[in-house]
Amino acid sequence: MSSVFNWIHEHQAMIYIVVLMIFVGIEVIGSVPSVLHTPLMSGANAIHGVVIIGAIIVMGKAETDNYLALALGFLAVVLGTLNVVGGFVVTDRMLEMFSKKKKSS
Amino acid sequence: MEINILSFIYLLASVTFIVGLKMLSHPTTARKGNAVAAAGMTIAIFGTIFLYNDQGETLGNYGWIFGGLAIGTILGTLSAKRVKMTAMPEMVSLFNGMGGACAALISIVEFDHLMHLDGMSGLLMVLAGSAAVQGFLLIILLGLIIGSVSFAGSMVAWGKLNGSLRDFSFRGQQAFNIGLLLLILGLATYLIVALPSNALLLFYIIFGLSILYGIFFVFPIGGADMPVVISLLNSFTGVAAACGGFLYDNKVMLTGGILVGAAGTLLTILMCKAMNRSLTNVLIGAFGGNTATASAGPSQGAYKEISLSDAAVVMSYANKVMIVPGYGLAVAQAQHACHELEKILSAKGVEVSYAIHPVAGRMPGHMNVLLAEADVSYEKLLEMEQANEEFSTTDVVLILGANDVVNPAAKSDPASPIYGMPILDVELAKHVIVNKRSMKPGYAGIENDLFFRPKTSMLFGDAKKVLQDLISEVKNS
Repeated sequence: MSSVFNWIHEHQAMIYIVVLMIFVGIEVIGSVPSVLHTPLMSGANAIHGVVIIGAIIVMGKAETDNYLALALGFLAVVLGTLNVVGGFVVTDRMLEMFSKKKKSS
Repeated sequence: MEINILSFIYLLASVTFIVGLKMLSHPTTARKGNAVAAAGMTIAIFGTIFLYNDQGETLGNYGWIFGGLAIGTILGTLSAKRVKMTAMPEMVSLFNGMGGACAALISIVEFDHLMHLDGMSGLLMVLAGSAAVQGFLLIILLGLIIGSVSFAGSMVAWGKLNGSLRDFSFRGQQAFNIGLLLLILGLATYLIVALPSNALLLFYIIFGLSILYGIFFVFPIGGADMPVVISLLNSFTGVAAACGGFLYDNKVMLTGGILVGAAGTLLTILMCKAMNRSLTNVLIGAFGGNTATASAGPSQGAYKEISLSDAAVVMSYANKVMIVPGYGLAVAQAQHACHELEKILSAKGVEVSYAIHPVAGRMPGHMNVLLAEADVSYEKLLEMEQANEEFSTTDVVLILGANDVVNPAAKSDPASPIYGMPILDVELAKHVIVNKRSMKPGYAGIENDLFFRPKTSMLFGDAKKVLQDLISEVKNS
């Protein structure tokens, strides 16, 4: 049991971030109109693409003779980039239609 | 020095994610919010590449990194630009799956790394059971399991939305799923606590089972509920990304991941609320395989058809016409034809507006986006409450490929799977014209009484074709 407390103590900054971000995440989108559900989901989808940073670190640290790490890391970078770029572009395309609508009105 | 700048960049990026998400939830600032978050992501990525420094160790393999970034950027931009408006939901699901897979791959490489460190494995055995190693393993495994489930689930959701996969479930599937999940968690716990010598094999077994669980988790859920499932998987991927944050002590991954995890969960619940259903109801599934059409009795009556010219006359001489768009409109890509009809009718002095059900189409907001693409003016789009007040003074309601959102069974039949869902009260209008391709039931797989009511007349055919014909008829009348 004491080892668990020890672990929490060692990572307390991270754990604080987790707890606070849960509340921020809930608070921030609390009053979203249903029209925006889809673009918001798509935008959030792009933001979790931040996992790409982990992929870059894996890739960058891989030894040049470790082909498994190189191959998987490379794949992870490609997939993560797809998530980020595709996510933001799709969201922008959805929202572009909303803004066009405002101009014409 | 560099590492200090990187910390500042990560802080900045974390703030842009929060502000971006906040702006995304308001119609006027949404687009800017997306750009803000994208800018934050860009500096975080390039900051990591050039400034990352872990106790003197910087990143190498720049060729691979930039190659991967380039391929991902080109593929991502092209597919996101080319995708049709109707296929947006499955595109989001696909990208979400990519993120999940990315998180799982990171875990695989890190675990492999951990197992193959020469001399380290001996040290690892000594340290096995210590809180530090256990915490590390826990996070790697969490990232692996959640990432894999999210990836496999998203792929199934993607396949279901583009029609290449059918609903599939077998007796006792819920029990099977729970058993599978328990097995995964049991194996993971064993791996963390005991760290057996065949840990690598065990790790890959857990990986395989997680993929399997993701597939079986999404398969039985009906296609109409896919948006909710995608939103849920979206928040899963957020948590998987946060695991990476723990792994590398990386604050921006942690912030972004948890932020999306929390916001995604709330969004999932909000989407369920818009359909007046609970999340458990969606996941355990009343829609899926359960297609008992109990209330078949009175509905099997006769329906009447209306000819194009009659429909055109009725609409031309009406004072007020309300258009109810649905998925059929999206599939037929008929939004421009729809706007055309609206303009011609307006020119004849008819008051035309659109009644938008919050979950019409395949995703909330789907219809707004679609009609906006055809330049339909914002004030003409009425939300459900507004529209329901207007129906009693409406002469003609034209339903274009919508079904479940106008099904009166949601109000009258407690046995119906959609009972309790708020619907558009189209029956208050004097006349209802329904355009559908056939008499086949809608996505929820249930009969719609509305089609057999005396006020209703059917106008069969592809929405685009029918609208174009209607336009020429209205012009002539």
